[in-house]
Amino acid sequence: MNAVIAKPRRLRPRRETTPLSRTVVTLLLALSTLYFLFPLWWLLVSATKPFGKQFSGDGLWFDGFGLFDNLARLTAQGDGIFWRWMLNSIVYCGVGAMVGTVLSALAGYTIAKYEFRGRGALFGSVLAAVLVPKVLFTLPLYLMFSGIHLINTPIAVLLPSVVSPFGVYLSRVFAAQSVPDEVIEAGRLDGAGEFRIFRTLAVRMMLPALVTIFLFQFVEIWNNYLLPAMVLGDDHLQPVTVGLVGWNASHVAVPPPLVIIGSLVSIVPLLAAFLALQRFWRAGMTAGAFK
Amino acid sequence: MTGLTTVTATAPGPRAVPRHGEGSGAPPRWRTPLLFCGPFAVLFLAMYVAPIVYAAVSSLFAVRRSGLGLAPPVKVFDPLGNYVQALGDKAFVASLGRVALFGVVQVPVMLVLALGLALLIDSRSARGKGLFRLAGFLPYAVPGVSAALVWSFMYSPQSSPVNHLLRPLGLGIPFFDDGTVLWSVANIVTWSWTGYNMIIIYAALQSIPAEVLEAARMDGASALRIAWNIKIPAVRGAIVLTAVFSIIGSAQLFNEPTVLQPISGGAVPSTFTPIMSAQAAVAAGNYPYAAAQSVILAVLVGAVSLAFFTLTGRRAKA
Repeated sequence: MNAVIAKPRRLRPRRETTPLSRTVVTLLLALSTLYFLFPLWWLLVSATKPFGKQFSGDGLWFDGFGLFDNLARLTAQGDGIFWRWMLNSIVYCGVGAMVGTVLSALAGYTIAKYEFRGRGALFGSVLAAVLVPKVLFTLPLYLMFSGIHLINTPIAVLLPSVVSPFGVYLSRVFAAQSVPDEVIEAGRLDGAGEFRIFRTLAVRMMLPALVTIFLFQFVEIWNNYLLPAMVLGDDHLQPVTVGLVGWNASHVAVPPPLVIIGSLVSIVPLLAAFLALQRFWRAGMTAGAFK
Repeated sequence: MTGLTTVTATAPGPRAVPRHGEGSGAPPRWRTPLLFCGPFAVLFLAMYVAPIVYAAVSSLFAVRRSGLGLAPPVKVFDPLGNYVQALGDKAFVASLGRVALFGVVQVPVMLVLALGLALLIDSRSARGKGLFRLAGFLPYAVPGVSAALVWSFMYSPQSSPVNHLLRPLGLGIPFFDDGTVLWSVANIVTWSWTGYNMIIIYAALQSIPAEVLEAARMDGASALRIAWNIKIPAVRGAIVLTAVFSIIGSAQLFNEPTVLQPISGGAVPSTFTPIMSAQAAVAAGNYPYAAAQSVILAVLVGAVSLAFFTLTGRRAKA
């Protein structure tokens, strides 16, 4: 946790900083914040404007209130297909990230804590896989899935999503750091089976790391556009990213204001998850990636 | 040297725990690792190794269509055919050049921004650190496709609030000109990932021992000098890592240009990036050609990443 490391520095009195340096630093940081928040602010303002007024004015300040009407129109479009997409996204990401985290945790823990033949080879291939652009796997996967008739099934999105080499890497680092060998040994002396030791002792100690892995994978699956766009032609199975891009490309068929309001709704779950779990992913990023 | 420690620290395994009661009727020692790693290993083979093999093998076959196009196309073994075709394909080579240019410009700009922001937040003159850190990280929580959709409205001639603000000054940015569209894409990527990289570099800054910084201050070093001579060298490892991930990201460029394509008025062709080009080949029914393009891209990315690691590692030693 960075708070722990940061503490000794914070204890010292704030001296030697001049008002000028404070002003310059704050100004620069405020400028960057303006850049980061600008599009999100525009999105929020536009989504609350009455339907059809999205492109009038400079878009930077509220102009009437139509958020609920907009949401109703979003719901009405295509028999509520938008909410179906949202549900699909949440299911794909939730299931994919959950299964993926369990697989990564088990594999990473085992690589860290057991000696077995092929351990080096396995970890080496995992590291190599982290460095290959993931998009490159999509085209061959698409063809392989067509060959075994998995196209247009949720399995085609879920199977590739649950394999996370980066997750295995992180969980191996965390297991080595936070699960003492003595604890495992004590568990064995108490007669606990290997899986029970993992489930009750190791998982608890690796929890902040596991939440980080879950979140990163959730984001990665939510972000993945090419894979679902290729393997899911049926729009009732598509996740919200694919659906929205389809609407956006349709120009006239779907009014652009719906794309705006849909975009706003589509980012809410991730923002909420990140804000709610801040404590965990901060700890995870600080301790995990760079030790 | 931090660069090397960060990267190589991942390699050596920790002390392994010996099983108790070996040879006393306990299950064989390979059983647990096999059960625990098995599910991941099987899926890894199926979802990572198999596609690579599949792509590499199929890139060796060429699709031949008969003269009149009446008979269905046939695949013939022609190990170099697709590669020769790809390297002579102006659109594909142009797409490689485009992402190379993108990487050479966007990655350094983004990392300098991320490093600068991390140093600012880490500086003793900063107030409201938590707030600024969160604001920077927020774009990472916005899915890439959603970010591209939102920015497409920022760019669109009908709705652009940017140009709306600039208009009274007699200015306007042509976001979708042939010359500028690559940088419009670069801006979306920079917006999405600067904060993420900033957090990683900031985390590394936090682990510099306070005594080192204190000693430098006692010696009368200015904040800028400390940043340049102590902090930046100390976070080398984090910078190298974010750079490699950013280079890989540039090679994958697909979502942002694809979202901008329909409103770009032709400035974003269907072969804008190598991945889009491969995708176009699939759409045209020529998978082996797409596979060859993917293999070329993978080899180039691997070579660049490796060269980058080697160069930064060597310089750290000198």
